[in-house]
Amino acid sequence: MRRGRLIAGLCAGLLAAAPAAAEAPARVVSMNLCTDQLAMLIAGEGQLLSVSAVARDPRSSAMAEEAADYPANHGRAEEIYLLQPDLVLAGRFTTRATVDMLRRLGIAVEVFELARSLDDVRAQMLEMGRVLGREEEAARRVAAFDRRRAALAEEVAHRPSAALYYANGHTAGDRSLAGEILLAAGFENAARAAGFPDGGRMPLEVLALTSPETVITSRPYPGASRAEAILDHPVVREMRRARVSGSFADRDWVCGTPYVLRAIEELGPLRDAVLSADP
Amino acid sequence: MTALELRHLSVTLRGRAVLRDVSLRVAPGELVGLIGPNGAGKTTLMRAALGLVPFEGESSLAAMPPATRARTAAWLPQAREIAWPVTVERLVMLGRLPHLAAGQRPTAQDRAAVDAALAATGLAQFRHRTATRLSGGEQARALIARALAQEAPLILADEPTAGLDPAHQIATMQRFRALADAGRAALVSIHDLGLAVRHCTRLVMLDAGRLVADGAPGRVMTPERLAQVFHVRGYFADTAEGPVFQSLDLLEKVE
Amino acid sequence: MTRLIAALAALVGALFLGSLTLGPAGIGPGESLRALVLGDAGPLTLVMREIRLPRAILAVLVGASLGLAGAAMQGYLRNPLAEPGLIGVSGSAALGAVIALQTGLAASLWFGLPLMALAGALAGVGLVLALAGPRGGSLTLILAGIAISALAGALTSLVLNLSPNPFAANEIMFWMMGSLADRSMTHVWIALPFTLLGWALLATLGRGLDALTLGEDAASALGVSLRRVRLTLVAGTASVVGAATAVAGAIGFVGLVVPHILRPLVGAQPSRLLPASALGGAALVLAADMAVRLILPARDLKLGVLTALVGAPIFLHLIYRTRKEMA
Repeated sequence: MRRGRLIAGLCAGLLAAAPAAAEAPARVVSMNLCTDQLAMLIAGEGQLLSVSAVARDPRSSAMAEEAADYPANHGRAEEIYLLQPDLVLAGRFTTRATVDMLRRLGIAVEVFELARSLDDVRAQMLEMGRVLGREEEAARRVAAFDRRRAALAEEVAHRPSAALYYANGHTAGDRSLAGEILLAAGFENAARAAGFPDGGRMPLEVLALTSPETVITSRPYPGASRAEAILDHPVVREMRRARVSGSFADRDWVCGTPYVLRAIEELGPLRDAVLSADP
Repeated sequence: MTALELRHLSVTLRGRAVLRDVSLRVAPGELVGLIGPNGAGKTTLMRAALGLVPFEGESSLAAMPPATRARTAAWLPQAREIAWPVTVERLVMLGRLPHLAAGQRPTAQDRAAVDAALAATGLAQFRHRTATRLSGGEQARALIARALAQEAPLILADEPTAGLDPAHQIATMQRFRALADAGRAALVSIHDLGLAVRHCTRLVMLDAGRLVADGAPGRVMTPERLAQVFHVRGYFADTAEGPVFQSLDLLEKVE
Repeated sequence: MTRLIAALAALVGALFLGSLTLGPAGIGPGESLRALVLGDAGPLTLVMREIRLPRAILAVLVGASLGLAGAAMQGYLRNPLAEPGLIGVSGSAALGAVIALQTGLAASLWFGLPLMALAGALAGVGLVLALAGPRGGSLTLILAGIAISALAGALTSLVLNLSPNPFAANEIMFWMMGSLADRSMTHVWIALPFTLLGWALLATLGRGLDALTLGEDAASALGVSLRRVRLTLVAGTASVVGAATAVAGAIGFVGLVVPHILRPLVGAQPSRLLPASALGGAALVLAADMAVRLILPARDLKLGVLTALVGAPIFLHLIYRTRKEMA
């Protein structure tokens, strides 16, 4: 009996929330690391109810501090439904079953693609502004992004080659966010010369024979994994020892947010070091 | 000189006395037949003598270090186990293990012992056959050959004639007797009282874990003991053909 | 026999060279071997000495260990179905290795990884022998193997899921199927001491296993100490399987396939099967590791996939043959 009332109450809440979605959504829940950050940047006061738990992890998230102010969710349909959102933000790689379930329950879900370029970052900020009904804020952020990006863009005479090397021996090609960050920072992506223009799994021995001027690795997560053990392989160690090298946490690299510009800025000193080491 | 001496041997398995205070001596030149009904303790007696089960009392064999014991006594268990499809020759060669150091190849002497054992059991022509593909009787003979190849002064055999045809039963007993006549000793458990009486130089009768008689076949196979221990009536005679025994009738219901 | 050993050794040698000259970098065989031996300290030498050489050496160590352990276990249990992977010993070793990695023991102690894998393997092999009894009947052996594998796999998965590392959770595949990709000389040094120790232990078993052909009673009477054989078998198997699994994951069926193929060639004698299976195992894992690189060069195809494709039909055939025994 009581359960029946509870369900009825939930349905009523849902029905009440539904019409509001036509205008600016008032109760937004994000369940993806990248939409979390875009939403935190652009959403209005009180509009964003919850972000995913991983947004609080400073290794993965550029906005870990901000995320601490929001209740965390773990991407489960049940907990998200009980928040009674009128809009859910998800990423392309959010569990398909969860997204379908939420849609069956009548909740609007916006799925964001993976950002593959700096232009995608712009587009996604505008898109976030549109779905949140915050077009003006989004336009303001994009303008700031464009100004800072233009300031960073300088013509370089010599581009030192750099190999991006991640867990499982993955590398990023030119047509990826990480690849564009690398190019924007004045490097040449060694993956192209190595025969991996689109990134993917680059065998260790290919990396060794490519001999890039610098190797940029991701910073390992705590706990051990075989996937990341490759970053500690004697070949990688030797390459890092023999040349200037860098290691960056994922947080500024993985999501299409304005923080990619910070990644580009942080590559600057590395490039200077490579150039001065290589007369 | 003794080949085996047991003094006051007792075995208790899972709280049950299986063997009680058995004293026994086997001398070179003897073929001792161990007789008794099912569960009398024949197998246990031999396993205890070898030190394969815990016991109280003394056994001259069990007191030896394992390597010495293996060169002193060969053991032919009743379970005829041949785990892998090895050739008969290789199976018989396993009897030479106690004579070979670790990793040592068989010498001419080892090969001669194997040849002799194969000849004695009539398996010379089976030498290269796979032991596991032989018939049950042939496998039994191959395992006897294995024990013979060990060339130990004493051989203990548990039911070596079970499952053999009459000719091979006789041949097996004659083989043990020949060993005894050549100065070695054998202790053989056997259910066929006729074979036992005819071929053994001496019989040891067990009943319910106790030694009830020990002596020449004619002295052991008295009508009273047959009745008491085996619950049968039998015919025994010393004939021109040698001693003969045949069980005739049940005296009462066997429990 | 000597001819067989020589032939197997030549096969291992040829496959070893083949493994050294095979790689995504596409360097000529002569050039690569010259870089390996002469060593001009260039990137080619680095590739040969730190990527391909350890991979080939580990294939030999792991393969020989698994072949040897399979032959020894089968000899002891007198059952051709006994195999470290199938009866859950490799799975238990993987659990130990994963625990060592996730607790940080592997990072703080250079032999922490193989030691924990050895401890896991020890628990697995002890449990199997306790369950299957001295003469491992096929049914008990297979059932014990299923239970231990399932439990070890579940616990491995649990440990990986509890890891703070986002990649760890997806690595159950490596631990269950095994791979030699991207290993280094570090792994060779980690695995070598325990592997050699285990080989030395298992190599002493020949005489005892031969005697066990006649059953335990007859073997005892032949002067074989069954207690010593059992302890040596358990310690030796745990050492080699632990070391192999710690660096390469659990690679199944090697210890089943190799003794099965070689048994007729050594006249089924357990002592002769030991060295032959060690070489055969090395050859099989070298070949499988070359195959995974040839079939799907761009992806990390797991070694256990190939060994299972070869081994599972043989396993099924053996089960079919032992139906009589089980009925």
